[in-house]
Formats: sequence, structure tokens, C-alpha cells
Amino acid sequence: MKKKVLQFVLLSAILISCKQNGEYASIPAKKIPDVVDYNFDVRPILSDKCFTCHGPDVNKRAEDLRLDTPEGAYKALKDTENEFAIVPKNLEKSVLYQKITAKDSADLMPPLDSNLKLSSYEIQILKKWIEQGAAYKPHWAFTAIDKPELPELKNNDWAENEIDHFILQKLEDIGLAPNQTADKERLLKRVSLDITGLPPTPEMQKRFIGDDAADAYEKIVDELLASEQYGEKMASHWLDVARYADSHGFQNDQLRTMWPWRDWVIHAFNENYSYEKFVTYQLAGDLVPQKNLETILATGFNRNHKINQEAGIIEEEFRIENVTDRTNTFGKAFLGLTLECAKCHDHKYDPISQKDYFSTFAFFDRMPPRQNKGEVLAEAPLITITDEVVENELPFINKKELEDVDVMVIEEKPDVRTTHLLNRGVYDDVGEEVMAQTPESVLAFDDNTYERNRLGLSKWLFDAKNPLTSRVFVNRMWQEIFGAGVVRSSGDFGMQGDLPTHVGLLNWLSADFMENGWDMKRLIKKIVMSATYKQSSVVSEDKLALDPDNKYLSRMSRLRFNAEMIRDHALATSGLLNPEIGGRSVKVYQPDGLWEAASSGRGVLANYVQDHGKDLYRRGIYIFIKRTTLPPVQLTFDAATRDQCEVQRQSTMTPLQALITLNDPTILESARVFSEKLIQEESTVADKIEKAFGTIVCRTIKPEEKEMLLSYYDEQESAFSLETEKAAAFINVGEYPAAQDRDVVKVAALMQIIHTIYNMEETIVKS
Amino acid sequence: MEKEVFEHHLNANRRHFLGKMALGVGGVALGSLLMPDLLSGKKVAEDQLPLGLKHFAAKAKRIILLVQNGAPSQLESFDYKPKLNDMFGQDLPPSVRGDQKLTGMTAGQKSFPLVGSKFGFKQHGKSGTWVSELFPNIAKITDDICVIKSMHTDAINHDPALTFMQTGAQVGNRPSIGSWFSYGLGSENKNLPAYCVLLSKGKGNGQGVYSKLWSNGFLDSSHQGVQLSASEDPILYLNNPDGMDRKTRRNMLDHLASLNQMGYDEFGDPEIPAKIKQYEMAFRMQTAVPEITDVSKEPDHIKKMYGPDCMVPGTYAANCLLARKMSESGVRFVQLYHQGWDQHSNLVGEMKGQAKDVDMASAALITDLKQRGLLDETLVIWSGEFGRTNYCQGKLTKENYGRDHHPRCFSIFVAGGGVKAGVSYGKTDELGYNIIESPVHIHDLHATIMHLMGLDHEKLTYKHLGRRFRLTDVHGHVVKDLLA
Repeated sequence: MKKKVLQFVLLSAILISCKQNGEYASIPAKKIPDVVDYNFDVRPILSDKCFTCHGPDVNKRAEDLRLDTPEGAYKALKDTENEFAIVPKNLEKSVLYQKITAKDSADLMPPLDSNLKLSSYEIQILKKWIEQGAAYKPHWAFTAIDKPELPELKNNDWAENEIDHFILQKLEDIGLAPNQTADKERLLKRVSLDITGLPPTPEMQKRFIGDDAADAYEKIVDELLASEQYGEKMASHWLDVARYADSHGFQNDQLRTMWPWRDWVIHAFNENYSYEKFVTYQLAGDLVPQKNLETILATGFNRNHKINQEAGIIEEEFRIENVTDRTNTFGKAFLGLTLECAKCHDHKYDPISQKDYFSTFAFFDRMPPRQNKGEVLAEAPLITITDEVVENELPFINKKELEDVDVMVIEEKPDVRTTHLLNRGVYDDVGEEVMAQTPESVLAFDDNTYERNRLGLSKWLFDAKNPLTSRVFVNRMWQEIFGAGVVRSSGDFGMQGDLPTHVGLLNWLSADFMENGWDMKRLIKKIVMSATYKQSSVVSEDKLALDPDNKYLSRMSRLRFNAEMIRDHALATSGLLNPEIGGRSVKVYQPDGLWEAASSGRGVLANYVQDHGKDLYRRGIYIFIKRTTLPPVQLTFDAATRDQCEVQRQSTMTPLQALITLNDPTILESARVFSEKLIQEESTVADKIEKAFGTIVCRTIKPEEKEMLLSYYDEQESAFSLETEKAAAFINVGEYPAAQDRDVVKVAALMQIIHTIYNMEETIVKS
Repeated sequence: MEKEVFEHHLNANRRHFLGKMALGVGGVALGSLLMPDLLSGKKVAEDQLPLGLKHFAAKAKRIILLVQNGAPSQLESFDYKPKLNDMFGQDLPPSVRGDQKLTGMTAGQKSFPLVGSKFGFKQHGKSGTWVSELFPNIAKITDDICVIKSMHTDAINHDPALTFMQTGAQVGNRPSIGSWFSYGLGSENKNLPAYCVLLSKGKGNGQGVYSKLWSNGFLDSSHQGVQLSASEDPILYLNNPDGMDRKTRRNMLDHLASLNQMGYDEFGDPEIPAKIKQYEMAFRMQTAVPEITDVSKEPDHIKKMYGPDCMVPGTYAANCLLARKMSESGVRFVQLYHQGWDQHSNLVGEMKGQAKDVDMASAALITDLKQRGLLDETLVIWSGEFGRTNYCQGKLTKENYGRDHHPRCFSIFVAGGGVKAGVSYGKTDELGYNIIESPVHIHDLHATIMHLMGLDHEKLTYKHLGRRFRLTDVHGHVVKDLLA
């Protein structure tokens, strides 16, 4: 026990010593800047420590004092004429300053019982800000995007495109040099996974390594972007955003059939629809002038939320719950705002009132009432996908079953009801009537320009003056590639969110994205063509100490594969992968009894009925998602729960993950099948190991690795030859047919080596 | 800032926490296993602890939560209402019902005929606690438990109500109560998860359970509840594949570690040594977990106490015995779910079976802990997600009836861990519909549980999406009257 405490203390000591060595020295907030900026220096403090009681929420405001606006901060304090919270350039007269530095705890702000406390650094910032005039500025993310000039660089040799100017400028500021370019093998692995979610094939590796042309890399990037696997990779993120699942959720949790919508998402990415078209179809495909079956199918986006089919629910309560989900999803997915915080009361930090919330809510409130209740696959409104529909109108749907498939979609009923503000957010506590409208603080909703329906809402979203839409999406694509966004809180661009590490870069990329027709493939190409992206991921102790989270990108981050990639990589490298695109979700290997233990015993999802044959080897995005019992491997590797819109996955490390890569039949079967294939080839054991390693880790094996694995193989072969029954048991894994006339001992020994390679840290890391 | 630093630590951010650990310190457990036990020693400087940790001396160190999933009727268990028998078949007076919303299942009923318990009640123990004849073994330990008859909640449907009980909110991606304790207190055992979940099913009308109930929500997924199953793999993928013995596995891990070490030499990424340790931890779990889940070595008198079911894996009795073993080994939060308590009809028939499933083992668990001297530091909670109506749902006969969901009052019991023993707390009206004395809301129960574990429910927070969240949201009061 004592040892553990010691570890904790030691850890703290290490952190502190790093800090002294300058770990945080480069972070601007630690150094009092010459000119204090409201957005970047002051507001984070006020927002975090003061706005709870002196912020936008009128109901929680104390002493009628608000500090989030200059008018509020400069006006006379309640019941006084000559006392002011802030008097610009006058510390003595600024009651705020007196309060935050009060010696008497009764006068101190924030009050002791708030559990909030200002640090001395924070007090210094506020002091300097008042001295310099206490100037307010609008929140950076709510100001229109202004495309900045590229920063001038001291050393311009490194930069390959515009991105690099912004990155290098900061690095020069803090005195770090970028890493060298990664070696070609690792760069190829990285870019292949980032664009397609799959490792490069040995053929592609060979071709790229052998191509010395200046545009060799660009050709590969173009090839990857043109492949159909690009759409699947992009979809894996979008399914999180859209909270896609194959069951309705809640306790009964019955089957639903939304997968044709998923087929559309993959199709839309592969056709490289502009982000504007992609989103407009999903939000308002039933209202667009070119309305057709495809645009209506896309509106399934807003039916992916959970539906409570429990008997005896109060209909209105759950109807409101569903509209709430659509509203919150709209806020988080497209605006990067925590709109949901304004459902029960005015937003405590952001200029979004409860009325704003319900005005936005009104756009999603015009659906017909629920009709065909009960445990059905799809509740109206819906469209039916028949073979004729697939043949004539929606050829991208991979429908193999004979029966028709119903997909839930959105239908507008303009006069179905009026929308009201709900007091405290409670479904039956009806307040004033509201009109469909968006939060004015983001961008006023001009009803001369936009219709007051979801189509108008989409137009508002893609208005060039909308400050958030482009920034939020560009930031998320950056996050998917670099592991963290320029704004790290990719779901919160509001006052409490993280400030951008490179605001100029985000603005430049966002403006560029809009100027170029919201072209998603172009955006991704721009990012992966940068010198920033191509850096090696080697990290020196210096860099680790100075920038442990790699905020400044003086190296590429080493990022673990996500749940889908881990599976897809094993299947692809072993040759098991079934490359089929789209179609219904599949039930792959899963430990027995999981669904049975947790289900109520009713309905078709009470028991897990595993698929067989080629369906076992589909990519991870097609794994069946039953919301109440999520696929265990995915869950353990941080897949989203699909309970609500998620824009950012965690990346954790636990021993339960090690147990999976050690014992999950999918990985073991991949090792077995790969081994069988290699054993059949006419080559030396050394060649086989070299080939397996090169395919799985995606780089040439080093001599010391090869030597070690060779001797490990010899050892295993002799061990298994003494216990052939063990060898037979070991290779008896998975349903893929065994190779004919296989040499049990050799297959087992090589399988052991391959399985070890599958478990290497580097294997499932983009490095 | 300090606070964020500690939230950062508590959430075991890999780079700062494990990374540094792996570089310079070593020997840290991983996963929900991976938080050092912050309470295991007193030497950590006070300002280095998260705010919640320094406020009270903890009475309880561990929790066992016995969720009676589906909502057992309080009127056939602990809340004795003879008046309902007198008023058999009479309509619930509208003045008593007030503005209570009804579920869609009974909202359309023309009448709400009152019905009393078909099962007899008696007072037991020195405390004179009322218990129905369905629970003869719990009746024997009434002087060790505290029955709360004045619980109430906000939701009237299973999923939102159960989610509320588990996370303090009816909807949304909030952390489960066990995850909060994993986050706030860490693990006492470096080879076992801090938060373990066990499921069982009765024969009564069941409602499913769902993994969201033991979800980490926005906390790091290392705080997720780990579900142990009755299968050969008590933790998923725990066992080595066929043909692979422990020695062969050890050999494989040694080779793997050497390969990974070569990677570390090249990249210098502290994630790599952290990953080597992760595999070692997994290797240790492979022996630690089966030792815990093997109940065969328990002495006969213990097996007898829990009842014959305790040797049948996956039963409530077996899970109770497992819960004792895990808790004894330092698992911070053990949670059982027993399904089948949703008696909308045939209550008389179904409730007998359900009670039989849980009565003996629930009582045995408390007695067992007490005999080992562990009850004082282990808080046991026995609870459904809401109560049931005092009127009949569906057809009422002299012999049988059903009861719908009722959020305004229900009964639970708690034991050990610094709670008063031999007490009945709170009162409902003579019709068992409304609380008339000492209401305890779910948020209050959460606040009290946290208090007993030494945490201030207002101070154990986690900042997410710009807001500091807590288990009790912005509510909850510690029920001081329950504290021993």
C-alpha cells in the first residue's frame, strides 16, 4: 500500500519537475502576455470561475451583475450609483478586482462555498486586463471566418503547403524544430489507414517504395482517395456522429433496419458530395427542390436516435425526447455547440437562451405523430426499399434479402403543432410559443433569405457568413487524422470549450474549404500533403518534456488504431477480409450468452445468432450494433455507444484490450489462415517470417527482429512437435476452412509467430 | 487549475499518467485497475487530492449494490398497509392520486381498485421491523439492516428510472455510480477491476438490462464497469486459446515484450512501455480472476448459508457469494442485477418465485460479511428502480392481481458501511401511495452513499463539455438520520 502512495507522490514530483523544466513554458497562458487578449486570456477565466452566477443565465444571475458583456460589467452595481464591477484602467475603482483580492473571506469572490478559486496567475491576468482598458471582444468562434495571410517564416525550406506556415510559425516561436519526414514505409501505412482505414497491400508497398518520382506520394494519395474503401473509412466517423445503430435502444431494444441509410452515407462519400450537399440531404432531403428517393433516404439521419418501444410510456414525453435528440445532434454535429445545456435554462456560458433552444427545436418538431407503435422494425414515416427501387433508383444499396426493407425517414407536417418553450425542459410544463429560429449569437436567421423549415435551416448552416459550420467540420477532419483537433474540444466551440491551438490555421483551412465548394476529398488531400503530416513520429525526450500532448505538432503523433481498424487490419493482412461494400449488419464471433444474459427474452434480438461464411469477415463498420449490449470488442477499444451523437472517441489503454488481442478468435483465426497460406508457399522460414512481418507491420523487418523471431519459431516448432495434440488444438480456431494437407506442427509454430506480430505495439499504431 | 490537474490524473490520461509512470516509476496497475488507491495511505499531501477526497473520514470502503431490476412491490415486501386489505376493490380516491401521471398501461383503466398484500406481514427482531412472509431470511436479519420506506424517484418507465438510479439522470451519457467511485477512489486491488457487474435472471416478468447502466459515460473508459459472466471466461477473452498453456503464454509475452522494447528504443514513446505493462497485467488477471470466481473451495457452512443455488453459476445466489469474495478482495464497487420483478399481472404467482431467488442469498451475504468483520466497511444496498401502485392493474380477483409502476414511494434496505442498523426510516400514508414522513429521493440516496464512502457529492466533479458534472447533478442531500 505504501508503495502505491509513493508512486503517486513520485508521479506528482515528476510532473512538477517537468513543469519546472519548461513543460508548460511554451503554453502562452503560463506567461503573462504583453497585451492581454479578452478571448484567449481573460474570458476562459471569467467563464470558468464567474459566469455561473454572473453570466448569461438570467435566472441564476446574482446581484443583477453580468460579466459576460461590457455593458453589464461597466454599469453601476445594484443599489449603487458610483460603484462599478469594472472601471477600465482603474484597478482601485474596479470592485471586481477588490473582490477577487479581498483578504476577508466574507468579501472574497468567487465565494468559498462555490468550490471555485482563482489562481494568482488568473488574478494577474484580470489585473492587467483592467489596467489595459478591459476591452471585450466577441467570442472567436462566433465571428465570421476571415481568411488570414500566411505567416512569414524564418526558414521556408520545410513548408510544403499553407498548413505548414501556421505550424512552423508557432514552432519557431517556441523554439522547436519539426521532425524529419517519416520513412516511406511508415508514411504509406499512416496515409493508407487515414484515408481508407486499411493497411496498404504488399503490392502497393512495393510500388510506392520503388517509385522515386517526385509525385510518388501524391499519386498514392489520389489512388487511396479514389478507392471505395475511402467511403467506408469516412462513414465510420459519420456513424458515430449520426448515432447509427441496428436496434431501437431502451430495454426492449428490438431490431431496426436503418442500414440502407448507411449504404447511402458510404455512397455519398465515395461520390465526393460536397459537405453542403451531404448535410443538406440529411437535414432536409424531403424539402429540397430536387427531392427524390435518394434525398429522402438521406433524412434517415434524423431517425437514427433511440426509440422507446416500452409499453406504457407517455407518448408526449418520448416524442419530446426524440425531438430533443435531433436538436442536440444538430448543435453538436454541425455547430460544435452544447445546445442541450440551454434546454432547461439559459445556457450558463454561451449566449444561447432557453428560447433559442426551443426555437431551434421547432425546426425538428414538425413530424407527424407516432402511428404504428409496438415492436416494429421501422416506424412511419418510412420508405420501402424493394428490388425495383434498388435497380432503378438506388443502385448503391446492397440488398441481398428477398423481402423489402423499411427505412425510417423524415416528413414535414408544417401545421401539425405549434412549438412551445418547455419550462425547466419538462415535457408537460408548456411555456410561451416559439417560432422556428436559430441562435442569433451565431448568425441571425433572416427569413427573407431562408424558409422557416429544415431546408432554410440548412441554407443558414451553409451561409458563407455562418462562423461555425466550416470550422467545426474542418476541425473534426483534422482530429481524425492528427488524433486531436485544432480545437481539442471538437464538440464544444463555445466559451467553455478549448481555444484553438492554431487559430490562424483553422481559419485559413475553413475559409479554403468553403471557397472550394466544401470539397471533402480536397480538404483531406490538403492535410495529408502537408509537411506537418509527413513528419516522423519519433519523439525525443526534449520534445516529450516540452510538449507532451503534441499540441504544437513538432512530430506526428503515434496514434493507436480505432476499434474498426484493429479488426480490419487483421482481416486484410491475413487475406480473410471480405471487401463487399454495404448491406445489412453482420453478427460476427462474440462470446456466448452476452445478449441472452441482458435481454428481457422477447423479440428477435433476445438471442445472438451468429453469421457464417463470408459474413464473418466483413469490415468493422458492418458489425451489428445492439444498443443495450454493444459488441464487446468494439466497446473495449473505445467505440462510441451510439446512444447519442458523438464527435470524438477516447483512446484508452487497458488490460482488457490486451486480453482481446491475445485471445479473440478473430485475431487468432487471422494468424492461423495467414500461417497456412505462408506454409504452402515454397520459401524458407526466414522468408515467411519476413513476409508476414512486412504485411502486418507494414515495414521491412529489422535484422534483430528477424533473428529473434526465427529462433522463437524454431523453439515453437520443436515444442509443438513434442505435443502435436496441442498444435492441433491451437490451430483449430475460426470457421474458415482449414488448408488441405496442412503440416499441423509447422502451421502452429508459424501461427504463434504471426500472432505475436499481431500483438506488437507498433502493429496497431499509426507511427 | 489544480483541480483540472487532478481531474486529469484521476482520469488517468495516458500520456501524463501512464506515460510518466512507465518511464520513471513502474509497477502501476492498468485499466479500471489502473488508478492507484488514493485512500490507501494518509501521507498524500492534502492539496494534492481532488477536492472531494479530503472531507470526511470514510465509513465504508466498498459497496455492493443489489439491484432488483423491474421494481419489486413495496407492498408485498416491507411497507405493510393493512388498510388496503380493508378497502379491497374500492377506487383510489382522486385526492390521494393528485396530479400523478400514470403509465400508458393503466392510464386508460376505468377504475383503480385498491388491493392489499396477499402475503402476511409480521414484525421481526428487536427493531420490530415489518417484513412480509415472502422474505423469511431477510426477516431474520432485520436488526442488521435499515429499511427505507420513503424512497421516491422521477421516472415511471423502467429504462429512464433504472438509468436515473444508476447515473443520476434519466437520459444522456452520464457515468454510472460505480464509475464515479472508480474515478474518485481508484482500485484497492491491482489485479481486479474497481467496478464489477454480475447479472442474473428470475422467472418473473423481466426487463432487459443494458451496458449503459455500467457505462463510464464521459469519464475515461478505464472506469467502465466490467461485466463478469458465468461462463468459462468470467471476464471476456480471459482464457488462453486451446493448445496454449500458461508457460507457452509466458514465453510469448516475453518475446512480445522484447519486440516492443525494440520499438521503444526507436520511437521513445512512453506508450510502449505502458503497453508492455498492460500485457503483464492481463497475464496476472488470468490467474487472479479465476481464483476469485471459483467458489468451489468455500466451506460447506457458507454454501449452506447462501443456499444450493450458490453452486449454480449465473444465479443470484452464486452472484451474492461472488460479490462477497470480490468485495473482500478489494473490488470497490460490485453490482448485481436480478431481473424479473415487473409484476403487472400475476403478482401473487411471480413474486413468490422472485423472492425465493433472492431472499436467502441476500440475507446470507449480509451475515457472511458481518461474520468476517467486513460489514462495517462494506455498504450493501438492496433496491429496485421505483415502486408499484397500490391499485390493481388488469383483472382483480381475490386470488391474484397486478401492480403498475409507481414513482412516488418505494422501499429499499441498506446495511453496514456506517448506516444505522435495526431501523425503519420514512413513512407512507395508510394507502401506501404518498410519502408522509422523511422522503428520500434518489439524489439523496446517492449523496448519502458518497458521504459514507468519504466523498462530498458536491465536490467530486468532472468537467465535460464546459460544465462540471456530478453524480447528483445540482441536487441531493445527505440523509444524516441514516448515519450510524
